[in-house]
Amino acid sequence: MFDFLDGYDLLGAFWTTVQLTLLAGVGSLVWGTLLTAMRVGPVPLMRGFATAYVNIVRNIPLTVIILFTSLGLSQTLGINLGAERFESINFRLAVLGLTAYTSAFVCEALRAGINTVPVGQAEAARAIGLSFTQVLRLVVLPQAFRSAVGPLTNVLIALTKNTTVAAAIGVAEAAALMKTMVEKEAQLIPIASIFALGFVILTLPTGLILGWVGKKVAVKR
Amino acid sequence: MTSVLYDAQGPSAKRRNVLYTAVFLAALAAVLWWVYTKLDDKGQLDWVLWKPFFSSTEAWSTYIWPGLQNTLKAAALSMVIALPLGAVLGIARLSDHVWVRVPASIVVEFFRAIPVLVLMIFGLALFAKYTNVSSDDRPLYAVVTGLVLYNASVLAEIVRAGILALPKGQTEAAMAVGLRKGQVMRLILLPQSVTVMLPALVSQLVVIVKDTALGGAVLTFSELLASANTMIGYYGNTIASFTVVAVIFILINFSLTTFASWLEGRLRRSKKSTGAVVGVEMLEDLETVGHAPPVGPGGKDKA
Repeated sequence: MFDFLDGYDLLGAFWTTVQLTLLAGVGSLVWGTLLTAMRVGPVPLMRGFATAYVNIVRNIPLTVIILFTSLGLSQTLGINLGAERFESINFRLAVLGLTAYTSAFVCEALRAGINTVPVGQAEAARAIGLSFTQVLRLVVLPQAFRSAVGPLTNVLIALTKNTTVAAAIGVAEAAALMKTMVEKEAQLIPIASIFALGFVILTLPTGLILGWVGKKVAVKR
Repeated sequence: MTSVLYDAQGPSAKRRNVLYTAVFLAALAAVLWWVYTKLDDKGQLDWVLWKPFFSSTEAWSTYIWPGLQNTLKAAALSMVIALPLGAVLGIARLSDHVWVRVPASIVVEFFRAIPVLVLMIFGLALFAKYTNVSSDDRPLYAVVTGLVLYNASVLAEIVRAGILALPKGQTEAAMAVGLRKGQVMRLILLPQSVTVMLPALVSQLVVIVKDTALGGAVLTFSELLASANTMIGYYGNTIASFTVVAVIFILINFSLTTFASWLEGRLRRSKKSTGAVVGVEMLEDLETVGHAPPVGPGGKDKA
């Protein structure tokens, strides 16, 4: 019944999707946190830079960014991120593009998280003489991260779905395989159902588990 | 909140900030210089490559404008088709009958869990296999199908959130004057929820506009990005074309976002409505699978 799967590396394709998600997820968490720190900090230039970055990147389609990393960075400017083989160049470029795009949304989620921390917390921290970095690192960000679990989960799920855009620059992930399969095989509905199911399996538990974690760690006020 | 994180700056803090600014400026300048030399090195800053955009209208009339038209056409079509579908699904999810509510919920959750690109690829193969839509039109059909399936379920959540955001007193008062369930929905809740969800609808339009670019990159749909790609083949101006395309997208989306926030602020301040609103901030919740709008009246009930 599932003969049409022969000769296709279905699990491998979804594994690439997972790898893209995890690598870009960690990358954008780090870069997004740095952007948030700049955005709420006392140095006007850094604040301006972070705000401009978020507003510009959020309004460009991810497809344009990903395609630019391949056509612009790699093929025109010769930036290959230390990789030599065609597949690994494009994989790394996709991670770079996804990270650059997703960190803008991480920054927004964290800023929303910071806004839920009561003013008194930061005021008390300042009153005992903590500096800006200490206020952020010891008092505000730990609480902000806990209430930002929900919004960050949304960002992670959106990222999982967005990794399909990497198909545009020839990364062999799930959507790219699906495109090849529906073009070559006759069984359209079964193939589409399998890929749909694959993404439901990736995104639904993430939402449910992290939603539960979010409730668990939320600061009771 | 922001200024609460640090004290008014004394002399040493001011000195430190100047230092930070200088270091950051130096780093930024270094990066920009590196980008500049890299671009210059590859000849991407040559006037020849940028000239098509400034000296004549040819690049605009042959590539950019037709592409932009297709982008806007796909986005508008998707929104217009998805809106009624979304409204039906959203209202079905609020139904008192399990056999209406559960199927609607499954449809909404399913399509929110799947990437738009997968839906578009499915649409393209579907039209190729079961219909006689010409191969020229197929990419547009596929893009719109993908966008409609995904956005109808997001819009369903927006509609549901909009109705739930209305104060409970509205339903209660309508029931008290003897209206039936259908009448309450049709005469009282739906008309009010339309204004409540306007800001969220406008911001969803940004997502739709951005997603049309997928059709250009993967499905050979000749929207803005795809026609820019053709233009790159003709002029060889990769960096210049991408810059122009990015600027166009930023201008469209930034004005939509600004309009949505302005609308939201206006609705929140408005004295005529209930003050309930589905904010732009809520939208990301509604776009992802497994997240539901908060149940219960969000707005203040004005007696």
